Amino acid sequence: MRNIQNYVRPKTLEEAYTLNQRRSSRILGGMLWTRLGRGTIQTAIDLCDLGLDTITETPEAFSIGAMVTLRQIEQHPGLNAYTQGAAAAAVKDIVGVQFRNLATVGGSLWGRFGFSDVLTVFQTMDAFVELYKGGVVSLEEFARRKPDRDILVRLIVKKTPGKFVYRAMRNQRTDFPVLACALSCVDGEYRLSVGARPGRAVVVRDEKGLLSGGITQESAQAFADYAAESIPTQGNLRGSAQYRTHLIRVLTRRNVLELGGMA
Amino acid sequence: MEQRQYKTVGKSIRKKDSMQLLLGKAVYTDDVTPKDALVVKILRSPHANAMVRSINTAVAKKVPGVVDVYTWEDVPQTRFAIAGQTYPEPSPYDRLIIDRHVRFVGDVVAIIAAETEKAAEKAKKLIKVEYDILEPVLDFRTAKDNKILVHPEGDWFPPCQVGGDPKRNLVASETNFHGDVDAVMADCDIVLDRTYHTKAFNQAMMETFRTYTDLDRYGRLHVISSTQIVFHCRRILSRALGIPKSRIRVEKPRIGGGFGAKQTAVCEVYPAFVTLKTGRAAQLIYTREESQIAGSPRHEMEIRVRLGASKDGKIRVLDLYTLSNTGAYGEHGPTTVGLSGHKSIPLYTGGLEAYRFSYDVVYTNLQAAGAYRGYGATQGIFALETTVNELAEQLGMDPTVIRDMNMVKEGMVMPAYYGEVANACALDRCMEHCRQMFGWAEKYPVRDMGNGKVRAAGVAMAMQGSCISHVDVGSATVKLSDDGTYNLIIGAADMGTGCDTILAQMVAECMDCDVDDVAVFGADTDVSPYDSGSYASSTTYITGKAVEKACTDLRKQICAVAAEMMNCQPEEVVFEGKQVRRVNTQQTVSLEDISYKSQVFNNQAVQVTATHSSPVSPPPYMVGMVEIELDKETGQVTILDYMAVVDCGIPVNPALARTQTEGGLVQGIGHTLMENVTYDHNGRPMESSFMQYKLPTRLDMGKLKVEFEHSYEPTGPFGAKSIGEIVINTPAPAIVHAIYRATGVWHREIPVTPEKIAMSLPENQ
Amino acid sequence: MEIKLTLNGKPLSASVAPDCMLLDFLREHGCYSVKRGCDTSNCGLCTVLMDGKPVLSCSVLAVRADGHSVQTLEGLQEEAKDFVGFIADQGSDQCGFCNPGFVMNTIALLRENPDPTDDEIRAYLAGNLCRCSGYDGQLRGIRSYLNSRKG
Repeated sequence: MRNIQNYVRPKTLEEAYTLNQRRSSRILGGMLWTRLGRGTIQTAIDLCDLGLDTITETPEAFSIGAMVTLRQIEQHPGLNAYTQGAAAAAVKDIVGVQFRNLATVGGSLWGRFGFSDVLTVFQTMDAFVELYKGGVVSLEEFARRKPDRDILVRLIVKKTPGKFVYRAMRNQRTDFPVLACALSCVDGEYRLSVGARPGRAVVVRDEKGLLSGGITQESAQAFADYAAESIPTQGNLRGSAQYRTHLIRVLTRRNVLELGGMA
Repeated sequence: MEQRQYKTVGKSIRKKDSMQLLLGKAVYTDDVTPKDALVVKILRSPHANAMVRSINTAVAKKVPGVVDVYTWEDVPQTRFAIAGQTYPEPSPYDRLIIDRHVRFVGDVVAIIAAETEKAAEKAKKLIKVEYDILEPVLDFRTAKDNKILVHPEGDWFPPCQVGGDPKRNLVASETNFHGDVDAVMADCDIVLDRTYHTKAFNQAMMETFRTYTDLDRYGRLHVISSTQIVFHCRRILSRALGIPKSRIRVEKPRIGGGFGAKQTAVCEVYPAFVTLKTGRAAQLIYTREESQIAGSPRHEMEIRVRLGASKDGKIRVLDLYTLSNTGAYGEHGPTTVGLSGHKSIPLYTGGLEAYRFSYDVVYTNLQAAGAYRGYGATQGIFALETTVNELAEQLGMDPTVIRDMNMVKEGMVMPAYYGEVANACALDRCMEHCRQMFGWAEKYPVRDMGNGKVRAAGVAMAMQGSCISHVDVGSATVKLSDDGTYNLIIGAADMGTGCDTILAQMVAECMDCDVDDVAVFGADTDVSPYDSGSYASSTTYITGKAVEKACTDLRKQICAVAAEMMNCQPEEVVFEGKQVRRVNTQQTVSLEDISYKSQVFNNQAVQVTATHSSPVSPPPYMVGMVEIELDKETGQVTILDYMAVVDCGIPVNPALARTQTEGGLVQGIGHTLMENVTYDHNGRPMESSFMQYKLPTRLDMGKLKVEFEHSYEPTGPFGAKSIGEIVINTPAPAIVHAIYRATGVWHREIPVTPEKIAMSLPENQ
Repeated sequence: MEIKLTLNGKPLSASVAPDCMLLDFLREHGCYSVKRGCDTSNCGLCTVLMDGKPVLSCSVLAVRADGHSVQTLEGLQEEAKDFVGFIADQGSDQCGFCNPGFVMNTIALLRENPDPTDDEIRAYLAGNLCRCSGYDGQLRGIRSYLNSRKG
């Protein structure tokens, strides 16, 4: 069980940033699994007083504070209208309502967790994270970086017109996914994001133009095959690498067909 | 069939503790015990097989708040078993409180007693242990006659001779048969020879193992524990700690679920040892991880079924061999295995000409197994029912019809069930009822739903017992209270099952009063009459009969007091519930007046303790049918409907019987589809938390429908048999059947995960 | 650390360690309805309402509750009594250990959605594990309560 020596609620991001420069400090997100950690946290930094718990919608974008919960994502009418429900679909099976009332967008993204439905779905959008010092970077770029001592302030989702679908395979309905699979077509570009490989979600684009001639049974299968061949998988308790690769093929094809209005 | 109408028995009445439980009152071990108890924590072995070469606790003991740390050098050297069974236990005495030889990942290395959890945890990290690591036996198929011995010690002791031999890693071994199996098998048109594998599933009751101990005002060891077996627990502690039973009192408060897990004294000895050493109150609460890795899960079994039949579907001969993995210690090993044959084979008594059932139970360096609802029958029924389904499919017969032809029927003698007669058996009616309710004719054919999805159905039957015949003892004390109400005092353990209420219903029925007029107390070794405890589905059947007997005598006692009040002979009066009437004069005295009289210048007790045992264990029977939708691409199985019809004799409380059934079905769905048990190369269980060991949620179980077919068991109270365990037995074979129907593949190992289904199909490979 | 919160409607000041979880804090303050069933935020037994929202108290630092309102079943007895009898009538209270968390989350559900469908009930309560009842009786109980309200 983890020891925490001090708990601080900074009044400003600068204060939070300064506190977080020590390696023994830790920013709190939804606090889930705090008990599971080992070792000592000298200073736990809680961003809960910084007003980062709201989703702001403008004509151009959604600004999602780091402390926004997954439950807020699930229930936000604007975000789910824009994503045709994909945002809600991605989070609705995560453990339970009580869990999703705690788990935060910031915590989910910062952890770059392999199992993350959240990272998987938002990577298919025109999404950016705003880092306190690092400025605005694309979510895809952020996900590839190693965690540092910066602070994730908010997630920005631009309302670039697009279509979104989400599918995950779970052995039990509220378990981590065996495979998470999101697909979008944003500004004419197909973006497939596959998480729980079990590694961190990666994005694959239709670089071979397999879908450029339109979505058909055949092109959907071709793109699914391409995804299955190009995305690396591994085995863990929830499934073998071979099964996951198989699932990439199945879920990708189904996502493509749904996006094309054929499912 | 005998059908009787009762006033209270057969009615759905709220559990007596319902509102306390639903409103969150403080009723469980950790709620009712003082907060100043020492916190007990256990340092556990990271190795599956090792000798503790050296252990240094000096630094750990210096942690502020640490009271003491105990190692193998500090404990008594008398071996004992923690299985909650009647003495002499079939389980071998193979444990010490702390053994220098640690035999599984999670075995006890040291006991820490501290003022706070933090201090205890800190001390745990500071204990220095050096191990001589030994090669473990991790595959139970290689355990028998392996050169590595799990129990090489010389003082291994079997209280009963059950064929065990620690020099062969054998805990028990036996063969029994009826008829000439080999001759009949040779004469059969079709012989199926199939091997099945079931894993060490965890009960995963919501309240983990926990025990509080202190010294009471007489200096006796007072144990408050979440246990199903207060009396066995007292005996176990007495032997393990080397103190007389008269110095021990064990009681249980409300229990947060048991399912058999708490039929083993998993954690009681550790805080009890601390209390004896320190003289202070102590409490041990297992973490979920400890419950998962050092609890008492189901015995892993490999079962080979050989079934011989005629081509028209008559099952003529059955030959079962079960290999059971008891893990590092032998708790319940010699007994669970018996049910895999004796509570599966008799289902096909119908035309069976011969059977053979043999088994070996072996030690391995894995978590010790214990008792889990179904107790071996679950494993055996999965194997046999799946084989029967395969027979039906091979012969092109409706699997419900093949069962109609072969099943046990009322009045039959069951050679594979110790020669007992099926006095009350509505299995045939259960099948017909379930067929109609489920719509078998429409759902059995496979339906392609498009998009790779297929709907299909499966079926299975089950049986269990209603006690351990010739062994279990149930007792009840019923006494008249001041105001004409009653106290019922029992040693059986309500672990959520509702037995307190069910037994009170029986008192109400016998004494012609309201259930609210019966106050129930249980269980406490100082207060309760002896009861072997709540397991083996026995409480309704055995303790219920004791209640009936006690009430019969209590009525006589009440009449005797009343007769004295009316200056007549007891034969001249009749008991009428609220009063006793003198027949020839119509004079009456109220029960309240009788109770007051019983407290003034009275030599006639109005308090009866009755005890009951049974030479038979009448099986309940059931039929389960499932409809699934299976995604052939992902392998995902969605349960649409699970329907079951149960013959438990007379359901004493239909709402509770139904809930027992529904709960058992969902547990069964869990071990069939998602509750996996795997180990790393060191033998460490991987599913050591609810993050990895996935219980079914309310989204995983589909729609349930449960109904009853009544039979009348002449030896049971009010015709009742049992319900607690049988209900977990049908899901595995029924769902595996439906998966076969949908995919054409028989899965002979559970759980059947989506991956196994998807990757078994050629189109996905 | 010193914290001030509202516990079941009453102001409370207390000193807590920074790593004390809300669950342990609540039990130390007499709220024994709050149970621990796992250590991995999976079971829902420890559900309490924080500012009216159901959360897992096993996963909330007690210090996070500083300045907030926390309700446990001890403080919502009347609201619970409205419907728990219907669960009792089904016999699905069983061992009872999961009941407080389940009842708390049902209260949250019914406040948010006073007339839920069966599927909405299942979805909202999916994070409340129960090993005894098989869930169906809990659903029937809630359904018969809702029906009784409709008269």
